[in-house]
Amino acid sequence: MHKFLFMKLETAKMLQKKKKQIIDLWMKNQLADSALREDLMSNDDLRAQSEELVDALLKKLTDDNLSNVDSADFEDIYEILGGVSITRARQGFSPRETGLYIYSLKDALLTILQQEFKNDPVQLYDISMKVSKLIDSFGIVTFETYIKGREEVILRQTDEITEISTPVIRVWDGILALPIIGTLDSARTQVVMENLLQEIVNTGSSIAILDISGVPAVDSLVAQHLIKTVSATRLMGAECIISGIRPEIAQTVVHLGIDLSNVVTKATLASALKYAYSILQLEVRKKQTTLVKSN
Amino acid sequence: MEKIPILRMGQFLLVTIQIDLYDRLALNLEADLVQMVSKTGARGVLIDISVVSIVDSFMGRIIGNIANMSKIMDAETVVVGMQPAVAITLIELGLPLTGVHTALDVERGMELLRKKILVDGEEQDADGEYAYDSAE
Repeated sequence: MHKFLFMKLETAKMLQKKKKQIIDLWMKNQLADSALREDLMSNDDLRAQSEELVDALLKKLTDDNLSNVDSADFEDIYEILGGVSITRARQGFSPRETGLYIYSLKDALLTILQQEFKNDPVQLYDISMKVSKLIDSFGIVTFETYIKGREEVILRQTDEITEISTPVIRVWDGILALPIIGTLDSARTQVVMENLLQEIVNTGSSIAILDISGVPAVDSLVAQHLIKTVSATRLMGAECIISGIRPEIAQTVVHLGIDLSNVVTKATLASALKYAYSILQLEVRKKQTTLVKSN
Repeated sequence: MEKIPILRMGQFLLVTIQIDLYDRLALNLEADLVQMVSKTGARGVLIDISVVSIVDSFMGRIIGNIANMSKIMDAETVVVGMQPAVAITLIELGLPLTGVHTALDVERGMELLRKKILVDGEEQDADGEYAYDSAE
């Protein structure tokens, strides 16, 4: 029993001594993989990243915590792993590449252990199981943070799309236009409505044109949202015109039995603008004299 | 007891709500305004709510009531300067205030009232020219 414990104590120390070898082997494993992304990360960076992790791991590794993956000693390592996988997610590494990164460390460690304990199969089995378990747990953390990183990217993009896709344009003094592109859901309508109403206050515009030529389909919910926006605009004291109604949309609206009779609707943005001009008692004319001269 | 002043400007009554309305105050305003309309024979009522930032369904209903009551007594109501948040709230509460005219600010509200009364009123020909000029 005593001898066994003594042997176990040696494992962590032995691995610490073989640090250089482990790193070399791990790098070899990583570089051997066909899916290596040299375009995303240079080999030097990869080596520095790998060394940092092995360094931290071997520093914290003792024979006690080797069998206890939940040990508080590993918190630093989880942190490093989290950082690595989040950066990888942002850089565009695939899950497979990120997974190979951590699992090729297992191969390296097991190879070293195999060399060291080739005369003692029982010991080798015991240690291999523990190392395996430890690296598996690292793997899980890596994936968790990798996916979290990806989700953050997606969330940020969603926010950006919502922001970008609802610009309020001032087409004329007192006339605002808001081209809507993409499907309208409740959250987006809210953003659209708030932007539009705020812009009406800021510019003192009395006419707003809501162009829906970029909306692929209108269902009863979308129509409801549109009517709400129009009513809110009216309450503010401005008039709202809906333009860009395509034939398919007109069909759906009538088939769904949605009443748009209280809303001014126009087929194109141009005709909506013309209507807006007529309300504001403006008119657009050709400049006749210059035209004659230039011709 | 706080009271919301009702100012008379020619044919119109001007109400500026400068504080957040609570129920009692709103009810009093409703009663006072109808009294004023009858006493002065006003043709239009302009309610400025540009500083009101909170409304509930009760407030929305009171505004609707005032408009309907004035309408029966032959006076148009214009609500001006509603804030975006208030407009969204009223719509979400299902109170689109269909009988109420709206305008962006007091100036445009006055213009709208003048136009409305000219269209409906008998003195259209006499005053029509003047009102048109001032509108421009």
